[in-house]
Amino acid sequence: MSGGDRVSQPLLQVSDLHVQIASRRGIVRAVDGVSLEVPAGEAVGLVGESGSGKSMTLRAILGVLPAEARVTAGQVLLDGVDLTQLANNQLNQIRGPKIAMIFQEPMSALNPVMRVGSQIAEGPQVHLGMNRRQAAERAIELMRRVGIPDPERRYRSFPHEFSGGMRQRVMIAIALSCEPSLILCDEPTTALDVTIQDQILRLLTRLCRESGTSLVFVTHDLPVVAQVCHQIAVMYAGRIVERGSVQEVLTQPWHPYTLGLVRSAPDVDHPRSSLAAIPGAPPSLVSPPAGCRFHPRCKFAEQDCTVTEPPLRLIDAGHATACLHYERCLDELRTEGADR
Amino acid sequence: MSAISLSAGAGAGDSAPQAAAAERAQPRRHHWYRQPALIAGIVIIGLILLAVIAAPLLTSWNPDTQNLNATLEGFSAHHWLGTDQEGRDTFARLLYGGRVDLQVAFIAVLFPFVLGTILGSLAGYFGGWIDLIIMRLVDIVVAFPFFVLIIALVFVLGPGERSIYIAITLVGWVSYARIIRGEILVAKRQEYVLAAQSGGLSNLRIMGRHLLPNVITQAIIYAMSDIVQDILAIVTLSYLGLGIQPPAADWGTMISDGQNFLTTHWQLTTIPGLVVVVTGLGLSLIGDGLADLLRPGQ
Repeated sequence: MSGGDRVSQPLLQVSDLHVQIASRRGIVRAVDGVSLEVPAGEAVGLVGESGSGKSMTLRAILGVLPAEARVTAGQVLLDGVDLTQLANNQLNQIRGPKIAMIFQEPMSALNPVMRVGSQIAEGPQVHLGMNRRQAAERAIELMRRVGIPDPERRYRSFPHEFSGGMRQRVMIAIALSCEPSLILCDEPTTALDVTIQDQILRLLTRLCRESGTSLVFVTHDLPVVAQVCHQIAVMYAGRIVERGSVQEVLTQPWHPYTLGLVRSAPDVDHPRSSLAAIPGAPPSLVSPPAGCRFHPRCKFAEQDCTVTEPPLRLIDAGHATACLHYERCLDELRTEGADR
Repeated sequence: MSAISLSAGAGAGDSAPQAAAAERAQPRRHHWYRQPALIAGIVIIGLILLAVIAAPLLTSWNPDTQNLNATLEGFSAHHWLGTDQEGRDTFARLLYGGRVDLQVAFIAVLFPFVLGTILGSLAGYFGGWIDLIIMRLVDIVVAFPFFVLIIALVFVLGPGERSIYIAITLVGWVSYARIIRGEILVAKRQEYVLAAQSGGLSNLRIMGRHLLPNVITQAIIYAMSDIVQDILAIVTLSYLGLGIQPPAADWGTMISDGQNFLTTHWQLTTIPGLVVVVTGLGLSLIGDGLADLLRPGQ
């Protein structure tokens, strides 16, 4: 869609991905036509509020959707191979050595009855054909790289003997263990306190930069995206509503939803007396509103917003929005800047 | 206009925090030696096992040697617990019979444990038609009372140890399958399973290395009480003449042989009966103690 200006092919190309979940109230269209490109070596942030389909997009990429959910349309191309067409055992050759995943809750994502060392060593044993000793050495080396002190001794510890930050380091070590070209992060720092969060983010970005690994970073935390990512895609109600470079999207949002997100984050440089919340609640994904899905909550909404489904249009080089009246955001920002 | 500056200045690089050391594992609140039931059970079963294993040291009588000149004797220094109708030493038969019964029971509990664990894991993990088939099989077996089915099966297969193993396996696996299936159903929703799947591990590996260690405890606890049932089953079968075959000594045969002399020589039936009860009690105590010890969060 937007890759015309890019010479090299992106590492991961998600196009028009649809995921539907069967629920008691009907079919939930959790992901509804998401297209996403991840260039090699870059970090892409996927932002949106709870239930906007961020995690489902990640799980669909990796083919680990819950039993009630399935991909109904779209492609997930990794190095030109469509992952949605692969059988489970073929996908198992991809998961780990090509794409790894880091989860939000490091405690529940680690097996409580397995020693952390064995959990790190398992991937290399399965995917890289290492024997037990080689894999153990690799695990210790990885533990050292992610900053776990005294790795030889900690190798034999259980997850409950680690703090939250240390557990997330273990998760990173597991993700890196088979040298993937892409790591999917599902809110990896949400469960951590802020200082630890910062350490983990720095570690993650440094290790990915060193090894040239791409990142897809799902979060609802805009400062985190700003710290980690080059590109950002904003999701609302199962769709991408705005996409572009982090700098542009966060400073010059072209979609009223992004504008609302940026406004609702505290800003230390220009403290406001109160944070602006987006009125209303996200729509039901069983029967989403017609036209633009954001229009019931949008103060710029016009008559045509309730009818036309706005496509994601490329306005500027690499900056796309799915708003029919995106100029209004610019006006709003301009007048606000004048007020200050 | 920048939310970017928020977290940029915080923290001091990614040097390792010392928090890990502070959050060391709490020592297990329940030590095994603090479980009175477990201790009592271990002492009882330990004594019985010791006596049974050291049988040749405790008695010089051969359990199968008949002496028709000394039948149905009472307690004496010579024959501690007297002799039976064939003149065989009751104490020796009790010890050597215990060897057979306990050995068969401990082996018999393994087969249903393994079979039930495998089938229960498959049913719980994969669900769908695999679950449907396995659980219908469970329903069929559960529809019959345990002893009725065991006795019927052994009757069909012919008496003997091999038949006992087969019958107990065919009937006993359902409890393990149910326990493991239920546990797996809960455990497979945990995020570490999703993480393992995301790591490209095969289903078999996830089941065997990640899920089973998390759920096997419940099956082990159940196995302890299952041994009691198996011993009772073996003794019952032998009592009915379907189990351990004469002349080999065994508690069930002793009880059944002795009951003809119940009014005159009560010890022939009562003592093996008591031993069965005490053994069952000991194993039950171990089972309860283990359950308290291994069940977390109490």
